[in-house]
Amino acid sequence: MTEKNKSILLSIALLILFIVLGEIITGDGDRSKANMTEYEILMGMDEKQAHVPGPIEVIKLGIKELSHPFYDNGPNDKGIGTQLFYSIIRVLAGFILAVIVALPIGFLIGMSPLFYKALQPYIQILKPVSPLAWMPLALFVIKDSIMSSIFVIFICSIWPMLINTAFGVMSVKSDWLNVARTLEMNSFQKAFKIILPASLPTIFTGLRISMGISWLVIVAAEMLVGGTGIGYYVWNEWNNLDLTSVVFSIIMIGMIGMLLDSFIAYLSRFFNYNE
Amino acid sequence: MSVKSLDSPYSQHSDLSHGASCGCRKCSHASHKKIESLPQSEEEIVNRVVETAVIKSMFGNDDMKRRQFIKVVGEKAFKGALLAALPMGLLQSCMNDQKKKAENGGGSLQAASKLEKKTLNIGFVPITCATPIIMSKPMGFYEKYGLDVNVIKTAGWAVARDKSLNKEYDASHMLTPMPLAMSMGAGSIATPYVMPAVENINGQAICLHLKHKNKRDPKMWKGFKFGVPFEYSMHNFLLRYYVAEFGLDPDKDIQIRVVPPPEMVANLKAGNLDGYLSPDPFNQRAVYENVGFLHMLTKDIWAGHPCCAFACSQEFVDKNPNTYAALFSAIIDATAYSSKLENRQKISEAIAPKNYLNQPATVISQVLTGRYADGLGNILTEPDRIDFDPFPWHSMGVWILTQMKRWGYVDQDFDYKKIAEQVYLATDCANKMKEQGYDAPSTTYKNHMIMGKEFNPNKPEEYLNSFAIKR
Repeated sequence: MTEKNKSILLSIALLILFIVLGEIITGDGDRSKANMTEYEILMGMDEKQAHVPGPIEVIKLGIKELSHPFYDNGPNDKGIGTQLFYSIIRVLAGFILAVIVALPIGFLIGMSPLFYKALQPYIQILKPVSPLAWMPLALFVIKDSIMSSIFVIFICSIWPMLINTAFGVMSVKSDWLNVARTLEMNSFQKAFKIILPASLPTIFTGLRISMGISWLVIVAAEMLVGGTGIGYYVWNEWNNLDLTSVVFSIIMIGMIGMLLDSFIAYLSRFFNYNE
Repeated sequence: MSVKSLDSPYSQHSDLSHGASCGCRKCSHASHKKIESLPQSEEEIVNRVVETAVIKSMFGNDDMKRRQFIKVVGEKAFKGALLAALPMGLLQSCMNDQKKKAENGGGSLQAASKLEKKTLNIGFVPITCATPIIMSKPMGFYEKYGLDVNVIKTAGWAVARDKSLNKEYDASHMLTPMPLAMSMGAGSIATPYVMPAVENINGQAICLHLKHKNKRDPKMWKGFKFGVPFEYSMHNFLLRYYVAEFGLDPDKDIQIRVVPPPEMVANLKAGNLDGYLSPDPFNQRAVYENVGFLHMLTKDIWAGHPCCAFACSQEFVDKNPNTYAALFSAIIDATAYSSKLENRQKISEAIAPKNYLNQPATVISQVLTGRYADGLGNILTEPDRIDFDPFPWHSMGVWILTQMKRWGYVDQDFDYKKIAEQVYLATDCANKMKEQGYDAPSTTYKNHMIMGKEFNPNKPEEYLNSFAIKR
């Protein structure tokens, strides 16, 4: 058996173990009793109480939700597919905006060590700010909740790109720059033929980190402003203490996050090089 | 083209079976039979339609029978007999009045053509206070007035306020103190807001964690953490008032936190809160989840206190007078419908689904019908647990302003009555209620009793100074 097959087998075994354990430790919230008094009916003894769901319950709900991913029961109740679609669109919009701004600026900062050092403190201060902290400011200034969530994604995902781009540009080997000089390249040629290709792997690492952050941010932002999106979906189910749906959406969020990450990883393969 | 069906119904020669869209040869070609008397003005047309409808129904819609009958008895005799027996003139003027009212934005589908804006976004926070705003959608009250409304669920009041200020919402479900605060610029930039109608009265409760089952005396609540839905809310002011009456300083002896209503139960369960004064269904939901019990209903603090409201910006009213009037009518109708106990079960089922409140119907119907489990093993019946009354008493506005000042939310001096009158459109509301056939109060100020203490809206400063605990 190869190493790869072994790891797959182990993964499956872990999954089965997880499901069995999950089933054992969780309840189903059922409290149905026969011959209930009126008080017990009012207390909802004939209905399910809020509870942590077992894996099978989540899988059942997942099958139900995913078989109608785009249903539409009005503005506040749309299918999981529609919600994810809204979130992905917002993430991509914010992310692409961030790329457009961060790459050129990062490039310029990287070319000048002076600027790099001067801007470091500001970047380091802004980088760890939570999306929720930006939201009230964004709502007040932009006056549009959807644009605000896009802005929040933009502002949270721009920093890793900026830093990585600048760092990638700075750490281009001086030998290569010297070669460019001997070849009498002008600075334009130098930027596009030497520095950009050489720093691309670092830039892509930044893009991957930023994409991960964007996807984290969107859930928080949508929980706050509501309306549509996967964050709103989680909030709406929380409203009803429906943890089965919450667990299901956690799994969906994880899966989409993984897909987005592997998409960037896949793209970066085309720009890698071996020395 | 001739419209023969508008011809005189008293004549044996008129042929009323051909409508405006009739495509028969006689109608599409120039008519050789002369039409005797076609009505000219709009009013005449309405009169004629009323006559024709009455006469047609007498003959079971059989036009041949009508003509034969008139031929036998004679036109004059027929007309005379009919007018003697039926109040035709009254019917006609009634219809004409209805039509005029409709054109002025009074209601009905005919008015729809005059609306400046037909598709509206209205925000709501998912609580039972918003019942009239929410249920107007599934139960067709907006549609009746020609409006296509999206009711949009909102996570909390800060977002509802910002989305209203951003004009993403044309109108919104708010808390009665919010439009006052927004107009004064307390907690936001000052934007003129109006509150044409209150949504619900009563309908809130103080809910405590089950572990405090034996601490029913508020004096034992020192150090408790309480949740309220928003700073500028009746919940905040009523809780403060209540504990202060028992000698607790709401800012020092207890901690009051702002928690969006949907997050209340989860926080209570997690032990983050000892209790809350919050909108339903979250009080009843805590009981249902076996987490908390209902200490008291807010109707026992102030019977008939206002809670939530329907509000929009002054700008929306100025720009869209007809739309605003139609929306206002829908809300008044829906509020009157909600206040009838017999409709409450039906409403519970209409607003329980995911698109609206997203709560078990058992919980919502207990709130709306007032027959509920209190979490301590008792079933109580309080039909006025929640009620719906649109009239925005100016005196209620003044009371809210006194409390805002009492707890330091505003510190400048202001003219209580002026602000209340500017924001709470009590006169408009009374007119609208009368127009739609409901009883409306004739004054806009009255004295209120809150925990046995009388509030006189004419003496707000004296009232304010009578409290021992204040800022």
